[in-house]
Amino acid sequence: MKTESHLEKVLAAGHLAVTSECGPPRGADAATVQEKAKYLDGVVDAVNITDNQTAMVRMSSFAGSVLVKQMGMNPLLQMVTRDRNRLAMQADILGAYALGIDTMLCLSGDHTKFGDHPMAANVHDIDSIQLIQMVKNMRDESKFQGGADIKGAPKMFIGAAANPFADPFELRVMRLAKKIAAGVDFIQTQCIFNVDKFELWMEGVRKMELHKKCYILAGITPMKSVGAARYMKNRVPGMDVPAELVERMGSVPKEEQPEEGIKICIETIERLKEVEGVAGFHIMAIDWEEKVEEIVKRAGLYPRPQV
Amino acid sequence: MITAERKPLEEIIDYIKPFKRILLLGCNECVTVCAAGGRKEVGLLASGLQMTLLKSGSSIEIREHTLERQCDPEYVEELVPMIDSADAVLSMACGCGVQQLAMRFKDKPVFPAVNTKFMGGSERQGVWTERCKGCGDCLLGLTGGICPIAKCAKQLMNGPCGGSTTGKCEISDDVDCAWQLIWDRLKALGLQDRYLEIMPAKDWRPGGGGGPRKIIREDLAE
Repeated sequence: MKTESHLEKVLAAGHLAVTSECGPPRGADAATVQEKAKYLDGVVDAVNITDNQTAMVRMSSFAGSVLVKQMGMNPLLQMVTRDRNRLAMQADILGAYALGIDTMLCLSGDHTKFGDHPMAANVHDIDSIQLIQMVKNMRDESKFQGGADIKGAPKMFIGAAANPFADPFELRVMRLAKKIAAGVDFIQTQCIFNVDKFELWMEGVRKMELHKKCYILAGITPMKSVGAARYMKNRVPGMDVPAELVERMGSVPKEEQPEEGIKICIETIERLKEVEGVAGFHIMAIDWEEKVEEIVKRAGLYPRPQV
Repeated sequence: MITAERKPLEEIIDYIKPFKRILLLGCNECVTVCAAGGRKEVGLLASGLQMTLLKSGSSIEIREHTLERQCDPEYVEELVPMIDSADAVLSMACGCGVQQLAMRFKDKPVFPAVNTKFMGGSERQGVWTERCKGCGDCLLGLTGGICPIAKCAKQLMNGPCGGSTTGKCEISDDVDCAWQLIWDRLKALGLQDRYLEIMPAKDWRPGGGGGPRKIIREDLAE
């Protein structure tokens, strides 16, 4: 074991891990985080706290993680390289670890163009792979990125994202290999709707034996309506929603669409359980956290293991 | 080249309004090539200013001149005989030229007539794109001759983000994904393995992180 991370313990014990996410509010109200997180208590092994997702200003991932930690849950600190330079990120990593946060996700972040501050500078002092490297060196070598010694190294379980659906497809397995070489411990993938394509990516992953070098959590998102399905298909960069799924969502009356979305989601989990190399699931129920428990239970992933 | 675009006429007029005699200066280098501030644009701006000001009932005296290179002290000296007869200077050069004039003529107001944009090249007639950020430590030898710092919207140094779709960047269908271009090029050169090498965190000091940059060539410096 590299860390004290609960998620690492679950994965190391060979269980299918389950993570989910909680997007902090666009305001300073702690109760909003607590209410959302409560839906996930006892239902998942770690809760991702997003970092200014879609480049919209929100309560910080750090503060959100602390709030979730205070509830006795396991936060997963997301960190994007878009908003801060390496000094600020290392400072936050030290601070987060000091407050008991031991699991994090290294991302580059959506471009500011998509958010509410398109006029802001994109920092990108380092990229997501360099962030992985930096966190690993902080943990394993007790070294800051600048080379100086750290007194009291932060022992972070290091995650990153992978998008099997983005282009160029042939580079996507190599990109994972690169993240592993940089020191990543686990991966949460982009939402999987096109399972065939995901399986193709996993074939490449297995060919390079990458599934033996890091844990791969398959990204799952329940669709609330045919409108949401269409939006994700057409408007979200790097998202691959097959036309059949949009049609299926549209084939049932509006009031039954949420249930249809949950059904698709559970079928997807069941199918992915059979894919060699899938170590768990990352359920991103955006503004639908109350459904995660039902999904986890209906997918046979409940109760969560005590490790 | 350094690219530029002319500022809106209203903004330029705001600058020069208080003055009667303007020395309007073009530059024969980059801004001529990108059709923003060469001799031709100096002429067009001069008549545009005259017409607009005449319509509003005021008049202005504009002397037009284009230097070989505004960022070069040697050529700026050429202005000495004409500078006194101007109340203000309006420069159509890039920011380097404007500052050269301000440094040389300390008591003369100097205003920019163009917005300096980026270091780039011509894609086709009338279209210029950014190519170089001047990071001071060129990576092009590792990336197939395509710069991820200048051409990737997130200046990613280790591959495409999850927003790359059919060769295009997530920010716009009009923007190519730099890493798709790099990958295609590495493949064409049979250098795919190079992608697997991790490019470490960049030292931004040569890129401006260490403060304003300076080159001193001992062999040439006087």
